[in-house]
Amino acid sequence: MDLIADHISHRFGTLEVLDDVSFQVAAGEVVAIVGPSGCGKSTLLSILGGLLRPTEGRAELRGAPPAGSLNPLTFVFQDFALLPWNTVEENVAFPLLHTGLSAGERNAVIDDALRRTGLTDFRATYPKQLSGGMRQRVGIARALAVRPAILLMDEPLSALDSQTRELLMEDFVRLLADGAMGAVYVTHNLEEAVRLADRIVVLSRRPGRIQEIVTVTMTRAERGAADARGKLASLQGDLWSLIRKEAIDAEREVQHA
Amino acid sequence: MLDRAAPETKQQSAETPRPVAFRGGGFMPAGSRYAGWIVLALVIAVWQLAGSTGWVNPLFLPAPSAIAVAIYRLAMSGALWQHLSWSIMRIGTGWIIGTAAGIIVGFAIGLSTMARGVGITFISALFPIPKIALLPLLILWLGIGEEPKIATIALGVFFSTAISVYSGVDAVPRNLIRMAQSFNVPFHAIVRRVIWPGALPSILSGFRITASVALLLVVSAEMIGAQYGIGAFVLQAGNLMQTDQLLAGVVILSLFGLAVGRLINLLEVRLLHWR
Repeated sequence: MDLIADHISHRFGTLEVLDDVSFQVAAGEVVAIVGPSGCGKSTLLSILGGLLRPTEGRAELRGAPPAGSLNPLTFVFQDFALLPWNTVEENVAFPLLHTGLSAGERNAVIDDALRRTGLTDFRATYPKQLSGGMRQRVGIARALAVRPAILLMDEPLSALDSQTRELLMEDFVRLLADGAMGAVYVTHNLEEAVRLADRIVVLSRRPGRIQEIVTVTMTRAERGAADARGKLASLQGDLWSLIRKEAIDAEREVQHA
Repeated sequence: MLDRAAPETKQQSAETPRPVAFRGGGFMPAGSRYAGWIVLALVIAVWQLAGSTGWVNPLFLPAPSAIAVAIYRLAMSGALWQHLSWSIMRIGTGWIIGTAAGIIVGFAIGLSTMARGVGITFISALFPIPKIALLPLLILWLGIGEEPKIATIALGVFFSTAISVYSGVDAVPRNLIRMAQSFNVPFHAIVRRVIWPGALPSILSGFRITASVALLLVVSAEMIGAQYGIGAFVLQAGNLMQTDQLLAGVVILSLFGLAVGRLINLLEVRLLHWR
């Protein structure tokens, strides 16, 4: 199943946020969206996921979702968005309660999602008892439980410390390794973008327009090797040179706002 | 390879080192389990001493022992239970009606644009009116039985409940609602599984306020027009200059308020254990 951004523009009142953004996410592909603060990255993701109606253009799906997918477009949120009154298991079960699965099927799906994210021993724990990294794992387990075709990840690691970020990045690489699941990965962190994405959409400062779409030629497995660090750093440098001036202008704009 | 630095030792110097002054104290009041009870016991002891030694005229302020005797006699004669049961019936009925209506209207205001537009205007206009002022009108409308007293309590409870409910609904983090929508969770399930538990802390805080409002209104309503009830009993005792009985009624009201507060504490512990 492909996800298509078709000439998407968006305004909040008089504030123009996105301007004529078009690109496509093929089945199993990971596309990162980067750009300066306030360029409309998260707004674009909300539009792609059907949580926000664009002022112009539209988000489209092409092709059938994978068999058994309960929610083809599934979000992983920056702030985890866990229900604090529910345990880890109940949080993972939450999106499954109205899907028509039997209790047995539901339990099997929950067990599988918890096992894949290393949360089996934490199923009866409440979110407040978990670290930030573990909370985001619950968010990922909840997303995996509905067998998405495309994960829509809105800065999923930005609320975490650098060590936890590194560990979760390894988890993402593992989860996306078989190409069964695609992702749109919004981030301001260029290192995350070059580590995970097949293509990187670079947005300009507000109103966000596509400045460039960069293809990462190495496979994700190759990027984990020690000798790939130099190439990744060089790619990161190239991306930064694309964004730097826009980021400086955007920061000044925010300060004057 | 990591180069490890040698452990540092205190540098020798002509100047004597002085400790950094601590500046981080205060602004963290801690609750004390016994302090309040100890001070209360001391106040009662002084009060008793003042009554026993004749420093205070018992007509104006009877000693705690006299109040305890008055409560005992009221309990033994059955009058206490008669008055208390009438008050509890009025509070219970009025509180349940007011709370049910307040929750429905509060949720409507919290969830519907049209209900919000209309509801907030009405609530803002009517909430400040002292509800006891409406009792004569309610007597005209509903007769002189129990209905106007219960309606007064229900009205008082309704407004506070509606406000606490829609404030609670407003305070539910929007990201949780968006999360549920992103999983195609139906509207009724979002209300039941996200908004209701998210608003519950505010709703329970509202219960604490409405319990006090109900107690205040039942006493006022019973003083205006009732034969039985703690408010009526306190008024009768005052008219007869039976200050020990009057204060017995006040103590019973205080104990009743404490019991309700305790009940709400238990509810909070049970329903908000996740906090």
